[in-house]
Amino acid sequence: MTEPLIDAHAHFLHEGCGRSDWSDVNAARLRAGERMGITCHVASILGSFGFHSPTYFPSPDDVTAGNDAMLALCRQHGSLVRMLVTVNPNHSTHARGEIERCVAKGAVGIKLAASRRADDPLVDPICGLAVKHGLPILHHIWQHRRRDWPNQEISDGADLAVLARRHPNVTLILAHIGGGGDYLHSFAAVRDVPNIVADVSGSGVDRGMLDAAVVSLGSQRLLWGSDITMETGLAKLRALENTGLSTADDIKDIRWRNAARIFGESVAPLPARRPPHPGRK
Amino acid sequence: MIDVNTLIGPYPFRYIPHPDPDVLLRVLDREELSGAWVGHLPSAFYRDPSQGNAQLYSTLVSHAPRLRPVPTIRPDWPGWEGAVVAARDAGAPAVRAYPPQWQLAPDDSRMRDLALVCGDAGLAILLTIRFEDVRQRHPLDVAGDLQAAAVRSLARAGERVRLIVTAAGREFIEEVHWSLTPDEQKRVVWDFSWVWGPPEDHFAKLLRTIGGARFVFGSHWPLRLSQNPRANLELLPKEMSEVRLADPDRLFAR
Repeated sequence: MTEPLIDAHAHFLHEGCGRSDWSDVNAARLRAGERMGITCHVASILGSFGFHSPTYFPSPDDVTAGNDAMLALCRQHGSLVRMLVTVNPNHSTHARGEIERCVAKGAVGIKLAASRRADDPLVDPICGLAVKHGLPILHHIWQHRRRDWPNQEISDGADLAVLARRHPNVTLILAHIGGGGDYLHSFAAVRDVPNIVADVSGSGVDRGMLDAAVVSLGSQRLLWGSDITMETGLAKLRALENTGLSTADDIKDIRWRNAARIFGESVAPLPARRPPHPGRK
Repeated sequence: MIDVNTLIGPYPFRYIPHPDPDVLLRVLDREELSGAWVGHLPSAFYRDPSQGNAQLYSTLVSHAPRLRPVPTIRPDWPGWEGAVVAARDAGAPAVRAYPPQWQLAPDDSRMRDLALVCGDAGLAILLTIRFEDVRQRHPLDVAGDLQAAAVRSLARAGERVRLIVTAAGREFIEEVHWSLTPDEQKRVVWDFSWVWGPPEDHFAKLLRTIGGARFVFGSHWPLRLSQNPRANLELLPKEMSEVRLADPDRLFAR
């Protein structure tokens, strides 16, 4: 059996996203994933991705439609696709209901976009449910926000660190270090917050970024992922192997073992589990 | 295959590991690339790039012909014509120009003059849309991206003009390509160091609509991972696996 590869940050589209090519995009993800050896896409759908309501402020109806589409993809593809339940904390009752509904149907984590800043009290009930169900939260992050950007209430590593310190029993995944902004700021902001891990996805493939991530956070606090550019994911995978930054064991951690530890064994078996990292209490 | 978009030297706004020719050679071996066209990264930010060019030539001489120099020439600097002659004599295949960093407008006639003189000398102009993602730039890095209008203007300057445009995304490439006549389109090639692959498949779409002959291999090393363009090629749909890119050494061939 080849080594598992878990994409910890993937997205799919659905018919309600307003794009006639939505199924082609989904097929392209699966095609590229097969080529790359991805054994599990841990994915979410952010409402209608802007078609009926804003991507980062999805309406309750859009949230439900997106989660329904994710549930259908999980049913269709079995163990190849696992879902994160997307919620908008501004609609607290709906958000909590969606988490309960989708966890009962197999969701392995929670996806928070940028509907509310990470340190906002409205995120606390979400964290409460994460503790209750033992779920990680993948949080959309702008690496070092220096101003507000339109159409999102953006958080950065420092904001996430506030939330993480408030909820030390929740594993928070700092999204896409290559997804825009100053990743070096993020590493400094979360280095001493052990219940934050980071995924390496995003279109950014700066040389030095992975080096700094490994040095700052260590291989047991990094998850491999692609987000919406899979070629950059493959490049980072190759770079990890080629730079000599990490041992073979470290690379296994980043490829899949950390994800299996965080999302649970439904995303991958754990035949050679390493000791858990000391982040979660 | 040649990587047309590589640089040596430090970058002013962040640390870059090992931007050195010896390391570049190892990268080329690893990526199975036959050679690289190499610019001098600090020269993009020098007022007068001539000292940077001198350093580039002297640094690369021991690595010829695998590493070929691509000096920086700014056409608003006195004596730039001599720099073109020096570039040709040094075996440069192209020259780099950075209009946003020099605050030259998209239709600046001096850029067109540079393109024409270089074209007559058999030198392509290598343009850089951006060095970094706009979302991560240093507060002092205010030059902005090169505009599509600037590329259009140069492509229309004359039939001997050849442009290599690097670090563009799909929308930029489409805007320029479809704003040119078929003859003008043939004067422009693009690297795909910043073009998205799957699942959006921007690269595949561009290859279908614009064609592989309009693309050359470029990585934007040492700013970006050299593995990225190879990954983009590998993840193309199966029916495109045999895509043929342009040969940068034949840009002036008829």
